[in-house]
Amino acid sequence: MSGLLAIFGNMQLWASTLSLSVPLVLPALGGTFSERTGVVNIAMEGIMLIGAFFAVFFSSLTMNPWVGLLGAVVAGGIMAVIFAWAAIRLRSDQVIIGMAVNIFASGLTAYLLNTIFGFGGTPVNTPMLPHLNWPWLGRIPVLGPLLNDQSILVYITLLLVVAGHFFLFHTRLGLRMRAVGENPEAADTAGINVYRIRYLGVLISGFLSALAGAYLSIGVLNSFEVDMTNGRGYIALAAMIFGRWTPFGSFGAALLFGFASALSMPLQSSVAAKNLVQMLPYVVTILALIGVGGKSVAPAADGVPYEAEK
Amino acid sequence: MGTPAAQGSKTANQPPILELQHITKRFPGVVANDDVSLDFRPGEIHAILGENGAGKTTLMNIIYGLYHPDEGQVFMEGRPLNLEGPHAAIAHGIGMVHQHFMLIPVLTVAENIVLGSEPPGFRFDIRRAAAEVKKISEAYHLEIDPWAKVGDLTVGLQQRVEILKAFYRRARVLILDEPTAVLTPSEIEDLFQIMARLKADGIAIAFISHKLDEVMQVADRITIMRRGRVVRTLLPTETNPQELANLMVGREVVLQVKKSPYRPGPVLVDVQNLVVADEHNYPRVNGVSFQIRRGEILGLAGVDGNGQRELIEAIVGLRPVRSGKVLFAGRDITGLSPRQVSRAGISYIPQDRQGDGLVLNFTVAENLILKDYNGPQIARRGRIDFRRVRERAQRLVGQYGVAPPNPSLLAGNLSGGNQQKVILAREMGLAPEFLIAAQPTRGLDVGAIEYIHKRLLELRDQGKAILLFSLELEEILSLSDEIAVIYKGQIMDIVPGDKATREGLGLLMLGARKSA
Repeated sequence: MSGLLAIFGNMQLWASTLSLSVPLVLPALGGTFSERTGVVNIAMEGIMLIGAFFAVFFSSLTMNPWVGLLGAVVAGGIMAVIFAWAAIRLRSDQVIIGMAVNIFASGLTAYLLNTIFGFGGTPVNTPMLPHLNWPWLGRIPVLGPLLNDQSILVYITLLLVVAGHFFLFHTRLGLRMRAVGENPEAADTAGINVYRIRYLGVLISGFLSALAGAYLSIGVLNSFEVDMTNGRGYIALAAMIFGRWTPFGSFGAALLFGFASALSMPLQSSVAAKNLVQMLPYVVTILALIGVGGKSVAPAADGVPYEAEK
Repeated sequence: MGTPAAQGSKTANQPPILELQHITKRFPGVVANDDVSLDFRPGEIHAILGENGAGKTTLMNIIYGLYHPDEGQVFMEGRPLNLEGPHAAIAHGIGMVHQHFMLIPVLTVAENIVLGSEPPGFRFDIRRAAAEVKKISEAYHLEIDPWAKVGDLTVGLQQRVEILKAFYRRARVLILDEPTAVLTPSEIEDLFQIMARLKADGIAIAFISHKLDEVMQVADRITIMRRGRVVRTLLPTETNPQELANLMVGREVVLQVKKSPYRPGPVLVDVQNLVVADEHNYPRVNGVSFQIRRGEILGLAGVDGNGQRELIEAIVGLRPVRSGKVLFAGRDITGLSPRQVSRAGISYIPQDRQGDGLVLNFTVAENLILKDYNGPQIARRGRIDFRRVRERAQRLVGQYGVAPPNPSLLAGNLSGGNQQKVILAREMGLAPEFLIAAQPTRGLDVGAIEYIHKRLLELRDQGKAILLFSLELEEILSLSDEIAVIYKGQIMDIVPGDKATREGLGLLMLGARKSA
């Protein structure tokens, strides 16, 4: 018992829950926007990877992590537009196109890593995004150790969740996005440009995924490794479903998955079956997806291409 | 009844607000609209009457900017319109209530109504939207709760939301595409009241329908379309339903069913004390018993939702039977699988022809073999013989007059009437001894209804048994030899068809015992 108390009472566990959640929260939020407009964006995994690579690339090139972040978002945005064009205009199967993007991203980033940086990997002097350390924040009990000394992207993520909720549920554009994902024909007859709204949804998911990728490569580390996203794009989709396609829900679910990851670290040292403990985040994902905690209903037109009459 | 039409004449001399000139629209293989010219006047209900597939909906979609005409021009108050999309039509004061509602069930009434034309600003001001919806609903006397979720509303109220959507956008021309198809009789009366009020407010109404009596009741002018062309424009005072039906179909139509005398044979179907539950385990059929003889049509009358669906699905094996028995030709078929039931000689026309009757993404030919694709007529050693599939399809499509007569079209591309003919062809093609027809003519036009009624009576005269479930009392009365009235999952009474009256059945349908 005292061992468990030591684990759960340690603020480090909760702080790392938050930092491990960020690369899930951002794409889960992104997926919420994409799927709310009716596009299943499984390509977020690949877009994240591209974001991660170009963040390091531009950061090391200019020795400025902010340029790295911008480069990541632009590269991720380009990838998202290509995906969106195939999924929306060409009406290709969204899951297949998404998988293609993921395989492409994995190959492209591995190739670029080797051709640009060689076998030594990315430069060790690649600058990282800053961690924020406010002494006044650190002195607040509980909240201080939890929130202080995190990457700046952690704070940005928290802001984006709130902004995302406001945008989706309290703006005209948000209403239109939700309408398009439920019944694109109805939106079309109400004079809404369905394609434009769907591009917007996918683009937002691309930006947020790229941001998550940059967080992995220049937020918590300062290097890029092959396939470093390690399925987080998919887990984020699970978080989004578990969170019922809402920003706060996705955030909560991503936190749960982040907690499972954070928990597996101290448990590994205290429990014998190390490999079993490492499975924890994935077990939680599966449990969430098979409907523990109620059935969730997807947007009615999620994943269905739309073709306007001529 | 009939009063709204009388008020029309005073506005009939006004200049038209909307005019169509020489509209032609072609789709691959079909001319949907062929040189159509029409006009709509303020304060007038102009009915467009025609069978399914006559091109009415295509024409309205052109007015609403969903389709672009290949030739011709639309004018609004004398000025040519360039309708490159619904937003352009909306901007010019054209509103449309589609046959399949364009609503989003998970959103509120207010959100649905203002969608696409929300109060200005980046933020969505839901309170202001609700207030504006409230104002409009009061101005047009269309009571509605702006905060209700559309998915929770009845069909009639959903239609009201659609109408309000048009007026929120300041529509001066309102297109109603088959608005009565989904409504109950009392909702239809409400709608006609609403239409009369809108007319008095100077709205031009385009009323698309294939129901003769409704058109006669509400229209100020009637235009009949057939095969994409305008056949004639008439005033209701100078015509009658028989003439309209003939013009619509293009030949002499029999509105009254001709039925040979009832010659009952031995009992073929014997349902005993059947109890069936719905998917929530709630009992919907509570001890139903009836018999059907050879050469008999048993009509199952009742208000929708009194266990008809569950009863029929239990007989054909789609739903488990809790207790009771179904005997068919002396054999107990209770609890058999749908395939076994079908093999036993029972055919089934489901009420949802698109959901349960057909695979819309399959061709007509493929749909025609759904029940016996693995049977000896079609398959050989486990392989489908497509030569035989084509032969059967050609034969049945010709025999049942499916239009267009092309078996390789997707079933989803046919009109409702022709979809029903495909189902009929498949089910009759199995040479059933017992046919269950659930709402076989729902949503169909006069020509198709006449055809299906004829086929059902033929089957009866061949000595087969038929169970006919219909919500249309007229249909039950004109076809049935015996009429069973179901109420809350129980048979209230079984009365001979020739002794039944509308009033008597109506009382039984509402649960009043022993008065037919």
